[in-house]
Amino acid sequence: MACDRNPAQLSAYLDGELASAEAAALELHIRTCPGCAAEIAAALQLRRSMAAARERYTPDPAFKQRMLLNIGVPSKPRWLSFIPATVATATIAIVLATLLWSVRSSQQALRQETFREIADLHLSDLASANPVDVVSTDRHTVKPWFAGRIPFSFNVPEFSGTEFSLIGGRVAWLEQEPGAQLLLGLHQHRISVLIVRDIPSIAHALPSSTGVENRASFNMSTWTSGGLRFFVVSDADPQELSKLTQMLRQANP
Amino acid sequence: MEPALFEQMAMPLFDQLYNHAHWLTGNRSDAEDLVQETYAKALKGFRSFAAGTNLRAWMYRILRNTFLTSRAGLAAQKTDWLDEDDEAAESLPAPTATPEHQLLAAENRQQLMDALASLAVRDREILLFCEVEEMSYREIGQVLDVPLGTVMSRLSRARQHLRQALERRNHGV
Repeated sequence: MACDRNPAQLSAYLDGELASAEAAALELHIRTCPGCAAEIAAALQLRRSMAAARERYTPDPAFKQRMLLNIGVPSKPRWLSFIPATVATATIAIVLATLLWSVRSSQQALRQETFREIADLHLSDLASANPVDVVSTDRHTVKPWFAGRIPFSFNVPEFSGTEFSLIGGRVAWLEQEPGAQLLLGLHQHRISVLIVRDIPSIAHALPSSTGVENRASFNMSTWTSGGLRFFVVSDADPQELSKLTQMLRQANP
Repeated sequence: MEPALFEQMAMPLFDQLYNHAHWLTGNRSDAEDLVQETYAKALKGFRSFAAGTNLRAWMYRILRNTFLTSRAGLAAQKTDWLDEDDEAAESLPAPTATPEHQLLAAENRQQLMDALASLAVRDREILLFCEVEEMSYREIGQVLDVPLGTVMSRLSRARQHLRQALERRNHGV
């Protein structure tokens, strides 16, 4: 260092954090002290180069999406990481054994339960004061709203000119999977369209069907397309639901 | 309602918090864990966050405290923070290379990034707050929970350390 200036003062000057009187005095000094002037120049160069640290690391988009989904859902408690590995392994083994047993012995019950779960989703939506989180009759508003909220994208067919009307959508959960729920109107009826990723647990519980079936006192159709699982559920006429199914299938080949 | 407001306010900080976390931890998986825990804690404590105050400083403070109490953070402190005395800055040997020489060295960004990564956490974090996040001394003081004078001396010392690290790297060239 060329002179006995406190380096912290030069540093604060660079950051614009000196009081104006102090800054003025330092500027006067720099004019007559080549050492300090060179220090400032070097520090400025260093600062410019430091900009490279700004976006050096960018998060994985999948991680960002997971975080978005996690907000509002409690994360794994810290103490879990302290459970000794043997206990954890034993617990997992027991849980797995139990699961396998229950899957084998109650395949039928599982199907019934999943149907009920979907019917419940539809019913709770109808009973809710805020049945949808995004209120829009425009498919171009509803589709982008889901981006970042669910781990996939899908196409909403054009409903204008048909007897169906789009009311809105919300994020719904099925088998602990986040999915999109669209609410549609057909005269006095309400129809839920539920779309989730075709994960094994759902594929296992509910084989996709070819037509509209009456399940748990609702009419329901379900099919798989492009790695996604679609459900249409309503108390509306099965023929109308077939029409809607056709439209959704065409939009999501 | 609360998670929605939180998402709206805190998610725009996501990329920069991640960048900072990665600089602190040095790898992707620890950085992801750190960011995830930060957001979980922030969401949980969002009620206690006073509206109108600085959300960025609050989030960085949570991230920092989370890191310092993590295994990686504790290990880093064991080696880094031996000289707790802020006045130690005065007794540091001055850099031996001329500023002009350092100026050339600073042009090599990769070297600078390596030098930054080699610094103690305490130096690295304050340089990132100042140069990357462009926080004021006041905001840095809020994050670190220290008075302005300490911010000033720590920052000056961190800059000296960075130049020394750069110099050491340069000797090898």
